[in-house]
Amino acid sequence: MILTLILLPACAAFAAWLIRSNTIRRGLLLSVSVIHAALVTWLWVDPSRFPPISAWLAVDALGQVFLGITSLLFLAVSFSAVSFLRRESGTTRSDPEEGFLFDNTPEALFSACLLGFLSTMTLVTTSQHFGLLWVAIEGTTLVSAPLIHYHRHHRSLEATWKYLLVCSVGIAFALLGTYFLAAAVPAGGINSMTLRGLVENASRLDTRWLKAGFLLLLVGYGTKMGLAPMHTWLPDAHSEAPSVVSALLSGALLNCAFLAILRIFSVASAAGLAHFGRETILVFGLVSMGVAAGLIIGQPDYKRMLAYSSVEHMGILAVGIGLGGLGDWAALFHAVNHSLIKASLFLLAGNILSVYGSKKISDVRGALRSVPVTAVLWVAGFFAIMGAPPFGAFSSELSILRAAVESGSWIMVVVFSLLLAAVFAGMVSVLVRTAQGAGEVRKTKEPTLSLVAPLSLLALSLILGIFIPGFLDRALWRAVMLIGA
Amino acid sequence: MTMWVEGFLVILILTNLWLLGSSRLLSCIAAVSVQGVLLGILPLVIRIDAPLGRLLLQAGVSLALKGIIFPLLMLRAVRSVDARREMEPLVGYSTSLLIGVLLLAVSLYTGLRLPAPAEAAPRLLVPAALFTALTGLFVIVGRRSAIVQAMAYLAMENGIAAFGMALAEQEPLLVEMGTLLDAFVAVFVMGITIFHINREFDHIDSRKLSSLKDTPQ
Repeated sequence: MILTLILLPACAAFAAWLIRSNTIRRGLLLSVSVIHAALVTWLWVDPSRFPPISAWLAVDALGQVFLGITSLLFLAVSFSAVSFLRRESGTTRSDPEEGFLFDNTPEALFSACLLGFLSTMTLVTTSQHFGLLWVAIEGTTLVSAPLIHYHRHHRSLEATWKYLLVCSVGIAFALLGTYFLAAAVPAGGINSMTLRGLVENASRLDTRWLKAGFLLLLVGYGTKMGLAPMHTWLPDAHSEAPSVVSALLSGALLNCAFLAILRIFSVASAAGLAHFGRETILVFGLVSMGVAAGLIIGQPDYKRMLAYSSVEHMGILAVGIGLGGLGDWAALFHAVNHSLIKASLFLLAGNILSVYGSKKISDVRGALRSVPVTAVLWVAGFFAIMGAPPFGAFSSELSILRAAVESGSWIMVVVFSLLLAAVFAGMVSVLVRTAQGAGEVRKTKEPTLSLVAPLSLLALSLILGIFIPGFLDRALWRAVMLIGA
Repeated sequence: MTMWVEGFLVILILTNLWLLGSSRLLSCIAAVSVQGVLLGILPLVIRIDAPLGRLLLQAGVSLALKGIIFPLLMLRAVRSVDARREMEPLVGYSTSLLIGVLLLAVSLYTGLRLPAPAEAAPRLLVPAALFTALTGLFVIVGRRSAIVQAMAYLAMENGIAAFGMALAEQEPLLVEMGTLLDAFVAVFVMGITIFHINREFDHIDSRKLSSLKDTPQ
């Protein structure tokens, strides 16, 4: 069954590449995303139906959480993607910002890469072997590069080149780290690099190699996750990619890299390096939050602002793991909330971009009168991402704050709250102007298909803010057990 | 056997200096392709305990991809771009060489002091691998031409692969093949992107790719 989850989108990707009819291909994209989501739901209901294939491929509680997010987001995004492709397909278009003409990537290639992206991300969440994990994560970079270059012009090309080069170099570091990890295995000892084998024999690992390997893997996968100072590709890629792709990059891909970091941390923690590991991750988290806060304040471009907000939230996740205890649970819960809200916001940003034709905050005024539904959701989404109640991000951020209080370090509490407040201030000022503000009213029809996904994602996040369903809570706690002491 | 291995490793180190010092794109490609060939042969002379068929397959695929197919792909890219040399590198060639010597010293120092990953591994292997990876990283940062950056990425990958050979425990074949496949697709996608960069900008100077940044409002 696990193989079906991986191979179904992969085969569909190949088919999508060959199919010539737009309607059939869009239908295929939708049906694959629905089937994938249905299978993942089944996995949540009855995990025993998805037995491990080998020591290499299995779904554990941690993988289950991240697979759930990925599949749910892909389902939501695929509806928006069909609406987006309907709007965008066609021949040469004119760039709304600089006025030159450009073509789009052929729809067949775009759909194929989108489905391939789902397949590689599923592989990331199910792989239990560090070599395979590396192959899968590099795979996500390669299939998503053409997605960023959907609009074929110089800005998206620049973003794609940066994404490819920065992430590939980062991932190369991770490969070296994986080899260091293999070097930590005593000769004639464990005959594999599986997660289980390493955790069970952790006490026999050579800590010198393990420490070096952990750092390299953290830097490598941290590049992909968007932790500062390796985040440089992220704002460019997120702002230039079509909004449906940005939603997937931010909501699903960054989480996959976070999962990879959790995997290596669980090995380090089993080997008695938990303290060292948490401190290092905490530093990266605080730096990311600081860098993001600095760049969100006064940011003139709303898609870049959302991208930096992703850097900030990846920082929050890292801080949660860095604090440990309740922080582990809060970080996982926050990952779920961030994915739901951020994907919804990027999809809404796509709607706004298509109406106003500009990514500049100063060009978007009075959205409440032009596109009322989008604007209401946009305001709600911004409040949700800033951690305002009653959305889910509020309770997860509060739990991280509580973990900081429990850790007894008051400096941590103060710094964490100040950084959150700074981002809040930076975002609120923008929000008021875009939603209200006096500007020309561009009354436009809002296609229902483009509103379904952001609305349902936000609604889910609202539900999570009011109460956490028992099955999710149990899954999160089981996942926390896997992260380690 | 050891003499052969040490000899190959010395050549590997020399190819890095070659890559650092050459301004012609063709000779950069040649340097990296020589590295690819060496990397294909090395496992044959180092590992004696693995089944021969597997070793031959691994060596064959690695040699064909890194020694022949990648360089040919890059040659095509150079032809389509009609650029023969890197005009203004960020770091000059003699400075690059000096930095290269420095990197070599660092790699020798750390590589010989790290606990040996496996007893069977030749002493020079870890320093040579580190030096190759560091050279690749430095060239990515120090050059502007997208083609040279792609070649340097390959050199970095080569260095890491050489380090992998030092491990006594063999990686499973599947992972090895997966790694190669990823490298292959990476170069392929980079090649296509270079083609687009060239068509869009009429040059392959990645420094001109600088319109995306955070400008104050």
